[in-house]
Amino acid sequence: MDFELKEEQRQVADALRRWIERDYTFEDRKRIVHSPSGTSPEAWKTLVELGMTALPVPEAQGGFGGTAADLFGVMQELGRGLVVEPYFATVLGARFLTLAGGQEALLERVAAGELKLACALGEAQSRHDLADIAAKATGPADAAAVSGVKTVVEHGGQADVFIVSARSHGGQRERDGISLLLVEADTSGLAIRDGRTIDGRRAAAITFDHAPATPLGMPGAGWPILEAAADYGTALLCAEAVGAMDALFAVTLDYLKTRKQFGVPIGNFQALQHRMADMFIHLEQARSMAMLAAAKVDSPDDGERRRVVSAAKARVGEAARFVGQQAVQLHGGMGVTDELPASHWFKRLTAIGLTLGDVDHHVRRFTEQPGFRTA
Amino acid sequence: MDLNYSAEHEAFRLQVRAFLDANLPPDLRRKVCGHLRLAKDDYVRWHRIVAAQGWAAPGWPVEHGGTGWNAVQRHIWDDECALAGAPQILPFGVNMVAPVIMAFGTDEQKARYLPRILHCEDWWCQGYSEPGAGSDLASLKTTAVRDGDEYVVNGQKTWTTLAQHADMIFCLVRTDPAARKQEGISFLLIDMKSPGITVRPIIMLDEEHEVNEVFFDNVRVPAANLVGKEHQGWTYAKYLLGHERTGIAAVGRSKRELRFLKELAMKQQQGGRPLLDDPQLAAKVAQVEIELMALEVTVLRTIAQEDKAPGPQASMLKVKGTEVQQLLTELMVEAAGPAALPFDTDYLEGRREHAAGGDNALSPALVADTAPLAAYYFNYRKTSIYGGSNEIQKTIIARMILGL
Repeated sequence: MDFELKEEQRQVADALRRWIERDYTFEDRKRIVHSPSGTSPEAWKTLVELGMTALPVPEAQGGFGGTAADLFGVMQELGRGLVVEPYFATVLGARFLTLAGGQEALLERVAAGELKLACALGEAQSRHDLADIAAKATGPADAAAVSGVKTVVEHGGQADVFIVSARSHGGQRERDGISLLLVEADTSGLAIRDGRTIDGRRAAAITFDHAPATPLGMPGAGWPILEAAADYGTALLCAEAVGAMDALFAVTLDYLKTRKQFGVPIGNFQALQHRMADMFIHLEQARSMAMLAAAKVDSPDDGERRRVVSAAKARVGEAARFVGQQAVQLHGGMGVTDELPASHWFKRLTAIGLTLGDVDHHVRRFTEQPGFRTA
Repeated sequence: MDLNYSAEHEAFRLQVRAFLDANLPPDLRRKVCGHLRLAKDDYVRWHRIVAAQGWAAPGWPVEHGGTGWNAVQRHIWDDECALAGAPQILPFGVNMVAPVIMAFGTDEQKARYLPRILHCEDWWCQGYSEPGAGSDLASLKTTAVRDGDEYVVNGQKTWTTLAQHADMIFCLVRTDPAARKQEGISFLLIDMKSPGITVRPIIMLDEEHEVNEVFFDNVRVPAANLVGKEHQGWTYAKYLLGHERTGIAAVGRSKRELRFLKELAMKQQQGGRPLLDDPQLAAKVAQVEIELMALEVTVLRTIAQEDKAPGPQASMLKVKGTEVQQLLTELMVEAAGPAALPFDTDYLEGRREHAAGGDNALSPALVADTAPLAAYYFNYRKTSIYGGSNEIQKTIIARMILGL
């Protein structure tokens, strides 16, 4: 067994970290968050130059063929640096393209950094159930169209192409009858309402009204791809959360050692020491599960993949809530200001908790796996 | 990152499993899996079976009878033994006093005690805690005064696990009353049959006699039984505690208990359906399972740094391991419901049989018998208290790992 990043994985993560520390500081990020698009073309260019967009794309399409484990260090750094660029949305989109097959041209453009993707999966009534789809896919393959409203589409306002889940047939919550489609952002029949999210990122509500679309994979049989891609994205979010928790934990620990009250550093007080020890244990347990998810999300055994990813998202979610809340508490009044980065990690961790399934959702899914009753 | 066991380790696991299948007596397996109390002979019988195989002290150097296994192999061994329902090889001799004797003892002490520990010819107990020295161990007051070629020991130890069975006790005693707290402590090996030793049972909340008070009234101990140098005992005690391995997390045992819990919750009916179908209980079971999954990876991460002793990392494993153990026992009682209330000591002590299920090779017979569960739950409240309470462990984490 080996729990370390490989040398080249470490180098990639280190390069990203150096850039963030130099050119994507907390102040830089703040400026980007409050800019009209909420993203930075310069930052995107750098991510492309660092090979980040090529990393998850198969080698045949000009990428590096990176696995979730290869992205582990990258996602950690993005979490640590609170990066708000549309990277995750594009990587998740690329996963859909890879799993579905036949999308070599698009993947080449993703690898080259010429194409930003967004995944329009959720709807107002879906909550965390990605099979709960009311949007309709209509027409034959050569004249397909999508109608419906997709909500909270991460970086939907900054994307060139959408991966959309819609229903060809079947009831609203059935897994059979789900289709995946590609829709160009500049096509007719689209209304995109872009807005901010609580963690300083961008998400859009997108109304599709007979928007022309290209089928991705087999019509009506999109669920296995949708589920596997979502699991992959979930594993990446777990890694990002660990990076964010690492950074938040570090600044909190530093604060306890420097902030003085009653003439001593507040880290001298046992109640606060034990709180930090609890946070430390949460963080290490979460790190273990994020590693396990990164290692197992590519497993050919679907059941194992579901079990491990849900376990990881649930455990990371618990840790993120605890570490986030307690870090703010330990910072006292400063913890609830916009000025300090602490609250921004807390907000990002909270947002991750609400993305691609919360704790309850994944605990429930864990209990629904066939092996749960026996193993 | 590679989170899979190597082919060699998988083969080793099968070898261990085959040994356990062939050698673990079914009656011991039934007792352990069924949460019954073990008698002295149960422990001794199993220890000697394992010793005959040469596996009783995997952590020892080969020249003293160790196995030469690496840390992952030792972990697999512990894991498989626990999963199979083998009695514990008690730590007091093999894992506690033996490493101290190896590191600091004389050649005579090594020659005399190590083989007897290995083959379970001596039963050891640990004389550390005192009424006024629990978490604050260095406050201990038991004295040893040199008199010719003997020490005269006076004082009291407490919480001494299974001292009623013990042949020997290793003790921290104060040899220099004038020295500062941690100084002036020595490490003595004392024969439990010495005149002046009295063992008094402490009956715990589950009415089990598991721990004792041990009184020393002018007990004469040969000076040859001093380990290492006089007044250096605290160093050896810390060495012993630093020797704490990742086994403290008890992952294997908890995996066995999780399996038991699920079988129980499938057998128990609620509204005409298996209790495990109840989403509220299922969620609680899932969350403890997920915690255990995380803990297992955390343990393996600790093992992967084999060159480094776990040190303060062990504190984290202790806190989380005991929390998981306690949660499992709590959920078992919850799953048993009112059936957890009857308290049958005759059954617990093995004086009367209950109907037992059948065996099969893959999964030991787990009689989903609810009778011992409440006692087991109450017994396990000790885990977050002994070995340095979990509050002490958190202070260690804060100071040693976080530098607060």
